[in-house]
Amino acid sequence: MVSIPEPAAPAAARRRRVLKVLPIIEGLTLAALIAVPHLTSDFHTIIATRMMLLAMLAISFDLCWGYSGIMTFGQALFFGMAGYVAAMMANEGGITEVLVVIPVSIVVGLVAALFIGWFLLLGKRTPTIIFVALGTLTASYTAERLVAGWQWVGAANGLSIWDFLTVFGFEIETGPVFYHIVLLALVGSYLAARYTVRSQLGLVLAGMRQNEERLAFFGYRVQVFKALVFCLAGAIAGLSGGLYAHHEGFIGPTSMGIALSTYAVLYGLFGGVGTLIGPVLGAFAIEVIAFQLSDQDLFKQVWPILLGLVMLVVVAYKPTGLLGFILSERERIGSYGAKDKPKEDDDGAP
Amino acid sequence: MALLEVRQVTKRYGSLQALGGVDVDVAPGSFHGLIGPNGSGKSTLLKAIAGAHFATSGTIAFDGRDITRATPATRARAGLSLKFQITAVLGELSVYDNVLLALQAHQGIWALLGSRTRHALDADVCRLLERFRLDARADDIAGELSHGEQQWLEIAMALAQKPKLLLLDEPTGGMSPEERRETGRLLEPIKAYCALVIVEHDLDFIKDICDRLTVLDQGQVLDTGSVAEIERSTRVQEVYTTRV
Repeated sequence: MVSIPEPAAPAAARRRRVLKVLPIIEGLTLAALIAVPHLTSDFHTIIATRMMLLAMLAISFDLCWGYSGIMTFGQALFFGMAGYVAAMMANEGGITEVLVVIPVSIVVGLVAALFIGWFLLLGKRTPTIIFVALGTLTASYTAERLVAGWQWVGAANGLSIWDFLTVFGFEIETGPVFYHIVLLALVGSYLAARYTVRSQLGLVLAGMRQNEERLAFFGYRVQVFKALVFCLAGAIAGLSGGLYAHHEGFIGPTSMGIALSTYAVLYGLFGGVGTLIGPVLGAFAIEVIAFQLSDQDLFKQVWPILLGLVMLVVVAYKPTGLLGFILSERERIGSYGAKDKPKEDDDGAP
Repeated sequence: MALLEVRQVTKRYGSLQALGGVDVDVAPGSFHGLIGPNGSGKSTLLKAIAGAHFATSGTIAFDGRDITRATPATRARAGLSLKFQITAVLGELSVYDNVLLALQAHQGIWALLGSRTRHALDADVCRLLERFRLDARADDIAGELSHGEQQWLEIAMALAQKPKLLLLDEPTGGMSPEERRETGRLLEPIKAYCALVIVEHDLDFIKDICDRLTVLDQGQVLDTGSVAEIERSTRVQEVYTTRV
């Protein structure tokens, strides 16, 4: 027997507030990232820059899977494609200006995602998770094989970039200055993704992830929303790829293949999908562990296996990832749209 | 002119004929019940009207427009709303967000991205929650609601878009007698602006709220008419006394 709840003031329940953990984690992460170049050597700053670029790739995966239910194994495709375009621009056209490289990388990632999304997501019927996963995997693998055999883009040797990235004509070497450019790109990507998933559109994505059919019966064109998020994720992956090519001074076929695409998935699952900050921390955690293990004589040969085991344990026993240990399910779900305006009778309790 | 016109609709699943040429008319503001024994094709017909699957042949016109091959999203935008047989509330979202999601369905993408209608829709969300006695649970996760409350939440979501026609598939399934009576009371006021097609096994409930009934048996219309006419129908009595 179910009792009928008594009516109460509509806003009463929504006035409940609990301590939010996510903003604290986000703030601490940002503070740590700001401190890195001041507290470590240039060598470690360069390593951290690479990790931030991979963290952007993890954000792009989280937008797709964690928030929209699009299982993508092809985020490296957009990453690598933007990297190749950045390398070609530098080598063939002498264009290394960051204010050109960044928007072009974003557009390349976005257009490539639109092209792939057109085939995989914009059909008459809603595609299945497996169809999209295999479709993106195939696209990523095909692109990797294509560039590996294409002499014009360096074939298996990839492309090297001999010129430095420039800002208003000033050359930027890898190190603290490049680090801060990438930090800005990471923060910008994070804020854009956060704004999207916490808007009313984010509520549509959250609903879509749970029950696409139900949303279609509300009148939502589910495929269009999926394609939109896929394009945004592609743009972020493209931005990280363009900067990555300049940071490493090189881009090769493996940068757009299934290995890197799978890493993006692992960053997300390890850190905790559906949180944005989780995949960022997942990328740092995996890269730091890999960096440390690969430097030890004892683990040099077996570190990928150890890393795989650690990830397997986390994914199998804690599907919510590392963040699941400290983040409540209610906070992960969160709320959408602008916060309520304070009511006159609001007690203002935290 | 009828709001919904179903003409000679058939539905086949391989060699199985689930519907065999069904005709149904639903007038604006009318509460129309679909009854019949298990396997008679009630839910199949409701799904064909909602667009969950397409009819094999025949036509379905809604508000003067042919929607036989229209997608569920197109039908919803035309003013047709469905409450599923198995509750399909979004269990990971709050009760409030479930209703907001239904209310904002016709907003443009840029308005949603800018969260421009969040405050404007707040009053509507609260009104619906209050009407369905869910306001005290607005911030709770929908999956934590009792079965009866989830059914009400589903009806609230289906009504959120102010549809012209609401399709309800077994809305009182799993409810206590007290909750069934309350559901009837909650549905009564919508008659002013919305027609209803309801599939229900509880004949007392359906007789209480419906103006007209269509009785299906083995994918065919056995009889159609007012509640009193159906009660007098010898063909219906025969089916219900011999096979139900």
